[in-house]
Amino acid sequence: MHTYQYQLPGSLRAKRWLAAAVAFSTGLAACAAAADTTVRVLRVEISDVEKQYYDDVVAEYEAQNPDVEVVFEYIANEAYKTRLPTLLQSDQRPDIFYSWGGEGLRDQVEAGFVRDLTEAMQDGWQDLYPESAVRAFTLDDRVYGAPLYATVVGFWANTALTEQAGVDIEAIETWEDLEQAVVALRESGITPAVVGGKDGWPMHFYWGYLATRLAGGEGIEAAKQGDNGGFEGEPFVQAGELLQAFVELDPFQSGFMSTSYERASAMFGDGEAALHLMGDWDYIPSKERSATGEGVPDEDLEFIRFPRVEGGEGNDDSFGGMNGFAVTRDASDEAVDFLRFLLNEENQREAARLGIFVPVANGSEEELDTPYARKVAEILSESNFHQVFLDQALGTSVGATVNDISGDLAQGEITPEEAAAQVEEAWMFR
Amino acid sequence: MTTMTRPAVHKRSNADRLRQGLASGKFTAVLILLPPALILFSLFVILPLADAAYYSVFSWNGYGTPSNFVGTQNYTRLLDHSVFHTALWNTAKLILVSLIIQMPLALGLALLVYRKTPTNTLFRLVFFLPYILAEVAAGLIWSFVFDGDYGITAFMFQALGQESVYVLADRQWAFPAIMTVIVWKYFGFHMMIYIAALQSVPKDLIEAAKLEGAKPRQVALFVQIPLIKHAIVVSGFFAIIGSLQIFDIIIPMTNGGPSNSTHTIVTYLYTFGLSRLNIGFGSAAAVVLFVLAIGIALFYQRATAKEERA
Repeated sequence: MHTYQYQLPGSLRAKRWLAAAVAFSTGLAACAAAADTTVRVLRVEISDVEKQYYDDVVAEYEAQNPDVEVVFEYIANEAYKTRLPTLLQSDQRPDIFYSWGGEGLRDQVEAGFVRDLTEAMQDGWQDLYPESAVRAFTLDDRVYGAPLYATVVGFWANTALTEQAGVDIEAIETWEDLEQAVVALRESGITPAVVGGKDGWPMHFYWGYLATRLAGGEGIEAAKQGDNGGFEGEPFVQAGELLQAFVELDPFQSGFMSTSYERASAMFGDGEAALHLMGDWDYIPSKERSATGEGVPDEDLEFIRFPRVEGGEGNDDSFGGMNGFAVTRDASDEAVDFLRFLLNEENQREAARLGIFVPVANGSEEELDTPYARKVAEILSESNFHQVFLDQALGTSVGATVNDISGDLAQGEITPEEAAAQVEEAWMFR
Repeated sequence: MTTMTRPAVHKRSNADRLRQGLASGKFTAVLILLPPALILFSLFVILPLADAAYYSVFSWNGYGTPSNFVGTQNYTRLLDHSVFHTALWNTAKLILVSLIIQMPLALGLALLVYRKTPTNTLFRLVFFLPYILAEVAAGLIWSFVFDGDYGITAFMFQALGQESVYVLADRQWAFPAIMTVIVWKYFGFHMMIYIAALQSVPKDLIEAAKLEGAKPRQVALFVQIPLIKHAIVVSGFFAIIGSLQIFDIIIPMTNGGPSNSTHTIVTYLYTFGLSRLNIGFGSAAAVVLFVLAIGIALFYQRATAKEERA
């Protein structure tokens, strides 16, 4: 290890090692508690349960590696997205950062901020995960990140309310079935669904999932290349039409455009609506945010697949996230080592056991305890193509446009054609 | 620089040296006092301006260095963008509301409370309180007030037996709501400027007017207001420049929504430039904002200077 000092004179690493060497020689006795290397991990704000999980992993790693200190830092979701570019270009850049893959990661890689993990992952590391998970972090055959978990978007349902309206939640197979359920719920005086319209992205789940159902994951890839009219093509216009026809049925809580995601998830937890189109990760947050802290009781809670759309190319596809961590370019080798530890099979299984998220490591689904998590694992394994959220997969700028048009469509501000044209324009100018 | 000039001074005659000494005294003062200001000004004003102008001709996502030159494309896209038109119009509305509603309100209140009495001190404090509050906090507080489920608005509508109204989710009402908050937030500041000016109006002039039989309203209109014109000009300038900068109240209240209908130029710049990582595009918006601000400032200065001469 000491040879590094001579191979890279003047680099940060050499200075760090030099400093460590000086510290070592001057205070042998005091050294026991002092860490030589600090690995800073930046993560989007999460539930307390998940924080505890990371604390435990870190404690175990530090026990095995006394000269490494791992520090987790958390930033709220929206702030994280806007601050990351600045952070990556500053001296304050973290060693490991949370990533959604997609075009956003491509921007960071092309600007040279991300460490290439291809070699590190080849000696057995990547075999822990299914190919689709590694693919989400692969750009031009190089791997730039490792997967933590997969998420799937679906309808969370409060069966106590749906039964009251005479809706059989398990029987919702097609988009028409869902529309009929909405009408029945309204007639019984129950708010059919909550949505956090103020934040944009929860509404994009409707447009994005409908577009995925209609075009299919491969159709979306083709649209990126400009085939079949690009994002102005038929499926994307039709997604807008379906969304607008759906909104005509008055499915959402009143004032839904002023509701944030957090509020919507609390409202669902408080039993104020029957459905919530949201990722599987909302299970614990929805409980934590509800007035009682208990949320919808488990026996009344269901997680169902997004319905099929007639004639859709993507009826066997799933829509959600493939989230993980990337390592910054000049991070220490210890950072890579810690990441490998964090995402190893045992820790992934532990996450499954705790029910924090649905880990991607092969076999970890065996540990999943809640029926919802098993449902997610089932949807993922049956899925033909796992389409990453459109507002992530298409990059920050186009993604924000997708969020905008979803809200505009829901309010009837623009036509489906205009919406599709705006996405295409944003894609051309990205 | 000083070491360069010294040998030259030594060669001169006595009289010359004296004159030069006086002159160089000023010169040294300039040499000592100017550079810090000049350095700070170039570093924090000129340089960023030049940078923004430079970035505005590139399509750049903020990573690395800009390389994709696009000429004036960012500007044409900006001028074609309907949300930018909304942002411009909203900013204009803010300027108008500040000048037509906020300033007269502040002036009227200042005339009521400018005399030094204990009750007046209390009122001044109360009126000034909103200004002390941080913008973000004010925005958050008002977003709760306007909340259609739990806010005071909801409570009022329910008390009247009406369906609740979601002010901030309504395209028609969201921006008027924001304007109300901005007037509420800043009138105290303008009021304080007027109070300071009113207190410096000579008492004998007011006494004289009263002896001539002028009613309080006439005293205000023909004595006090003309005498504090300079303060009104200054506060007008602050109102306009402040309106061009409005940002941190809108973000917590509506975040520019619903459907991008409540953007001002700055929230537009932030949303479409910074948070979407279109740094080149955002820079173009910044340049437009800068030109507008300079243009309005010059126009205002001309207009008010002319009035003073007349």
